[in-house]
Amino acid sequence: MAETVEIPVVWLQGAGCSGCVVSLLNSLSPSIHTVLLRELTPGKHVNLRFVLTAMAGQGQQVIDVLEGTAKAKPGGYILVMEGSVQLAHPMFATLGEQGRSEVPISKRAADLARSAMAVVAMGTCAAYGGIPAGEPNPTGAVGIGELLAREGIDTPVINIPGCPPHPDWLVGSLAAVMRYGLDAVEVDEIGRPKIFYGSLVHESCPRRADFDAGKFARNFGEPGCLYELGCKGPVTYADCPTRMWNSGTNWCVGAGSPCHGCVEPDFPDRLSPLYEKIDEERLNRFRVGAAEAK
Amino acid sequence: MHGTHPHIHDSDGNAIVIDPITRIEGHMRVEAVVDGGAVKDARCCGTLFRGFERILPGRHPLDAVRITQRVCGVCPTAHASASAFCLDEALGVADKVPPNGRLVRNLILGANFLQSHILHFFTLAALDYADVAALADYEGDESELKAVRAFIDRGELGPFFPRYEGDYRCSKDQNRTLVRNYLRALHIRRVTHEMLCIFGGKMPHNIGIVPGGVTCDVTADKISSFAGKLADVKAFIDDAYIPSVLLVAGRYADHFEIGAGCKRYLSYGVFNLDEKDTNPVRRKRLLPAGLVDADGKLSAVDAGKITEHVKHSRYDESCAAHPAEGTTCPDPGKAGAYSWLKAPRYDGGAAEVGPLARAMVGYVAGDKTIKADVDAVLSAAGISADKLSSVLGRHAARALEAQWVCNAMAGWLVQLAPSAPAAVELTIPDAGQGAGMTDAPRGALGHWIQIKDKKIDRYQLVVPTTWNASPRDAEGTPGPIEQALIGAPVKDRENPFEIVRTVRSFDPCLACAVHVLTARGRKIGEYRIV
Repeated sequence: MAETVEIPVVWLQGAGCSGCVVSLLNSLSPSIHTVLLRELTPGKHVNLRFVLTAMAGQGQQVIDVLEGTAKAKPGGYILVMEGSVQLAHPMFATLGEQGRSEVPISKRAADLARSAMAVVAMGTCAAYGGIPAGEPNPTGAVGIGELLAREGIDTPVINIPGCPPHPDWLVGSLAAVMRYGLDAVEVDEIGRPKIFYGSLVHESCPRRADFDAGKFARNFGEPGCLYELGCKGPVTYADCPTRMWNSGTNWCVGAGSPCHGCVEPDFPDRLSPLYEKIDEERLNRFRVGAAEAK
Repeated sequence: MHGTHPHIHDSDGNAIVIDPITRIEGHMRVEAVVDGGAVKDARCCGTLFRGFERILPGRHPLDAVRITQRVCGVCPTAHASASAFCLDEALGVADKVPPNGRLVRNLILGANFLQSHILHFFTLAALDYADVAALADYEGDESELKAVRAFIDRGELGPFFPRYEGDYRCSKDQNRTLVRNYLRALHIRRVTHEMLCIFGGKMPHNIGIVPGGVTCDVTADKISSFAGKLADVKAFIDDAYIPSVLLVAGRYADHFEIGAGCKRYLSYGVFNLDEKDTNPVRRKRLLPAGLVDADGKLSAVDAGKITEHVKHSRYDESCAAHPAEGTTCPDPGKAGAYSWLKAPRYDGGAAEVGPLARAMVGYVAGDKTIKADVDAVLSAAGISADKLSSVLGRHAARALEAQWVCNAMAGWLVQLAPSAPAAVELTIPDAGQGAGMTDAPRGALGHWIQIKDKKIDRYQLVVPTTWNASPRDAEGTPGPIEQALIGAPVKDRENPFEIVRTVRSFDPCLACAVHVLTARGRKIGEYRIV
């Protein structure tokens, strides 16, 4: 049997809700069971050394694992960041201790990112700030890319936004990096892999014909395009309509709900109110925002 | 660096600090003074703060359902439900939600109860009791277990090692059973989300629950697809979940003696059984609302008796003087404060919330199913009813509740009427207010909204883990988890299993708990006396 190569991964959680790690558990193929025990992609196993939600150890013993990975495997591990990083005060988020003092997660994130092979920003919070960064952004929440820019850390960052992201978007991206290398992952101007975020929801929406025909739902539960109910599909880049969610069971528009654009850097503020129609002016603002976010 | 170590008074150097507590939701630190083989004092610290209540004002009222779900990725549907309930009232449609809307809301919330309970016992708690290393010499034919052995043979053992050592008590066969069920649980938990997605559009963060009902249409194929997945999940609960809990209970029977807590139980009730009665805590629900006091007496819930304290929380107490302003005052360096959680109290006292609290309320209220099933477990384990207030009692109550919810969901599916409406038309009022109270998987959850100029003026949440993991209140009374820890034995201070098993039995969700920063120290009931 060919040898399995172990790829160390540490999963750090900042200002988030654990929805991203729960979404990863929903991975259908490979299943999370396969990801943990077998191989993510032929010949490569994710050696998930640190993940608060699932790891057996407690307290200082897992902090030793976290710090030990950065020391023992410089340039050889992947940091997955879930949740945003809060910059307004160091005590807003802490994890473990160093020298008998609580350590801010912003410091943990920077230290781990500095010697990582790559950083994967899992979810809209980690990629762009997300909900915690919503007006008035009470904790100074930013994405990990912004933290790295401020700290002068040049480790490459792949953004996997979504609130939460589809598990395939993460698993597929990790598989590509592990098997073919970082350069094989083609990203758009805001760091998202093009294979998942390459086209507008609107382009392949099954209700597109209703939009073109001017048939619009005005209330929940009505047939027709959801544009008048605030659908952000025309300004949202994701493959939800074709990939569908939870093992291909359904998706937002399939359940009669407008797309909220949860993969976009402008989620939630500039896509709000979520249930109000996007107009031309908001459309333009959105486009300017996307360019700035680069 | 920041903070002091430890926050707890520790003149003799006997404190244990566990930071982080893993296999819970969110960021938590526990400090315990261990002396003479037992915990003498304990503090629970929430170590992350986000500030949801400051993000909500000024937004469109309907957006509250979607934003507040993001408080927690493990139980977002409970937040969606509580938020939709308070908006139902504020928008004047609380008595107009169609039967399909009520039933599909129950099915969405119910699917996530099953998800949350299965996740908790297997993915989060089981590694405290099951020894994965027992598979290191596995010679059998089961491919799943062979994969575990191959994993161990390769030598990179994250995330299963390191771990606390020295108190794994199961036989080799029992460990195989638990590991097999741990792996099966990874699959079946995903199925609960698929089930939810049929009506909810996606999970985590469903999109189906809205004020006035749900957005999806109800069709025969959706009902049968949901029923098929529900049957698979039920088989797992009956054949693997309940037996695994009983197996653990047999080997760790002393954990019926550990972690009693405050023995005061609060439930708002959950799963609405009719459309017309809209009182948030008096309406007819599958699992009933109530407060069971330390003397075992049951009383009706009065939201006016809920207060919040901030003396030991990282919030500025001067906020208490300015309730009308709605300002929010985090104070990270506050002297004597050790948590980002506030301390909610009911009628002045700490109260435990969650599956055990719901079982206790149902049991004392005389619910036939609850009483029969709880009595059967007591008899099987050979223990008296007072031992339910324990680490294992919480696991048992959670597992039984998964069965009760599963059975009820099968009934709600049958009541659905294909093609009938599931939502009502909504109008946003210039001003309004509402209270949304329901139990979440982890316990009593309340959302309160005030609308002004068609926008959210104020929004307040009091969530389950804020009750359970609260710090001391103004009188110095510890929170329920702190009380459960004080007195717990610790056989080995290098491997304090008893501490983490006790904390984890409450299924803490810190992402939920640490968000409340409208630190006004006033009665929640000012919003709405129910």
